Amino acid sequence: MSTPFYVSPEQLMKDRADFARKGIARGRSLAAVQYADGVLLVTENPSQALHKVSELYDRLAFAAVGRYNEFENLRIAGVRLADMRGYAYDRRDVTGRGLANAYAQTLGTIFSSGGEKPYEVEIFVAEVGSSADEDQIYRLTYEGRVADEHGFAVMGGDSETVSSYLSSHYAAGASLGEALSVAVAALGHTGDGDRVIPVEDLEVAVLDRTRTQPRKFSRLRPARVAELLGPRGTPEHAAPLPEDGASGSGASGSDSDDPADPTDQVSGNVPPLEHPTNGEPPSGEPPVAPPL
Amino acid sequence: MSDARIPGAFLRPGTSSFSDFLAENAPDLLPARRSLPAGSAAEIAPHGTTIVAVTFPGGLVMAGDRRATMGNVIAQRDIQKVFPADEYSVVGIAGTAGLAVEMVRLFQVELEHYEKIEGSILSLDGKANRLSALIRANLGMAMQGLAVVPMFAGYDLDSGTGRIFGYDVTGGRHEEASFFTVGSGSLFARGALKKLWHEGLSSDDAVRVCLQALYDAADDDSATGGPDLTRRIFPIVWVVTADGAVQLDEAAIGALADQVVGARFERPDGPLAPLPGGGEETQA
Repeated sequence: MSTPFYVSPEQLMKDRADFARKGIARGRSLAAVQYADGVLLVTENPSQALHKVSELYDRLAFAAVGRYNEFENLRIAGVRLADMRGYAYDRRDVTGRGLANAYAQTLGTIFSSGGEKPYEVEIFVAEVGSSADEDQIYRLTYEGRVADEHGFAVMGGDSETVSSYLSSHYAAGASLGEALSVAVAALGHTGDGDRVIPVEDLEVAVLDRTRTQPRKFSRLRPARVAELLGPRGTPEHAAPLPEDGASGSGASGSDSDDPADPTDQVSGNVPPLEHPTNGEPPSGEPPVAPPL
Repeated sequence: MSDARIPGAFLRPGTSSFSDFLAENAPDLLPARRSLPAGSAAEIAPHGTTIVAVTFPGGLVMAGDRRATMGNVIAQRDIQKVFPADEYSVVGIAGTAGLAVEMVRLFQVELEHYEKIEGSILSLDGKANRLSALIRANLGMAMQGLAVVPMFAGYDLDSGTGRIFGYDVTGGRHEEASFFTVGSGSLFARGALKKLWHEGLSSDDAVRVCLQALYDAADDDSATGGPDLTRRIFPIVWVVTADGAVQLDEAAIGALADQVVGARFERPDGPLAPLPGGGEETQA
């Protein structure tokens, strides 16, 4: 019988938090910015089909960074919760606070339960009210923390750099064009210099209280985004990231046995990376059964 | 339940249909899942009546009167019976008003839910088929007198035309190319539409045709309400084109209804259709 190692709860939670944080920081940043008529959500997303920003309900939008399969599940759950509540009660009874609480409970339970890997996601639930004072941006982290953000908020990627750029350039009550220009400039800002993000790589959506329909969410098409941004410098695509999916490939078909490549077609000639039970480096000698 | 997280059923990928999701997880919210005691329930609930719809090049008009009846009693004089289903389609209801309004509410959420989950709008035929399924689920209640017979119409983004779908209580659907009516006054309204509709109507004329047909329905059917000039209650009219579905405002319909009623003072039976070959001597 083997004795399990003792791991202190602090260490366990720290490891899980580090794991989730690393996953989230690998992606690109997403910014939510309040402007005169509502809330603007912007991110750099080369994919036209896999959205990071989407509609939850009449006055609510969902934005997420991190692992796509995990936040997509949460998005669908949010749409179902909102639609069911609105159908059972009334459309006005679906609130951002209710959904933010449901997400917080879910993320919190998954994070602290030992059996599941923590979700590598961070979420904004944005809500537009009848005036700018009633607009809300809720930020939900991987461990189920909820924060109520004002003015602007940034998550994912190098969020600190983007956030510090926004805090020095953001002005409350800006028009849509001004708010979008600041947000896009912030997303293109890095420690090494500024980059002009091409219009077709931007995913932009707004919750616009001036829309006459009850559903206030609307995606801005690239042509409209270009019109709002006006003339800019030469656009430059970002370096590809694993989350873009372009690096996915089939079996490599290489003839050599590379322990780091799970898709190679040969196996058995190279010892495993480390000893499976005690973690020691391989000795080269095949394991021998202990004497009886 | 001690676990505060969102229930697993909400997180599970699968259906994009809201009514299927409800059927699995909250069946008591579905209008068709209620069991009734044996016998006819037709007399206990208000009934909505006549809806008309006509197409014109590039769109369609749907209009409904405002009366709900319960036997010989007028249960409500300003009921709304034509609703937007989504941005490009409308649905009108005839039959048991309470159930029909609930079915429309479910249908609206169904379309919006699909759009949000899938990120694209259902095709017009897809929407018409989903409404079929909702009506079919109501068949048991329909046989006890609580029938709901809606009419669905929308702008087809693929073909660029207005299309109208009629239904029966079993959920069978059929497409009408030019115009359609449903409800107790539908026979009279249909007769009027036959004489007034022609290809190449303008959208304004299509609205006039609908108001004339509803006037004729109210003229001969006691359960259909005509324009109420003293209370200023007029039919609800929706116009659907490539720009989406728009409800005509009260003032615009009031002005048109005044025209229709004014002309009826001159000729109570309404506009006269030309008679081809009329006035010629027949060959002996």
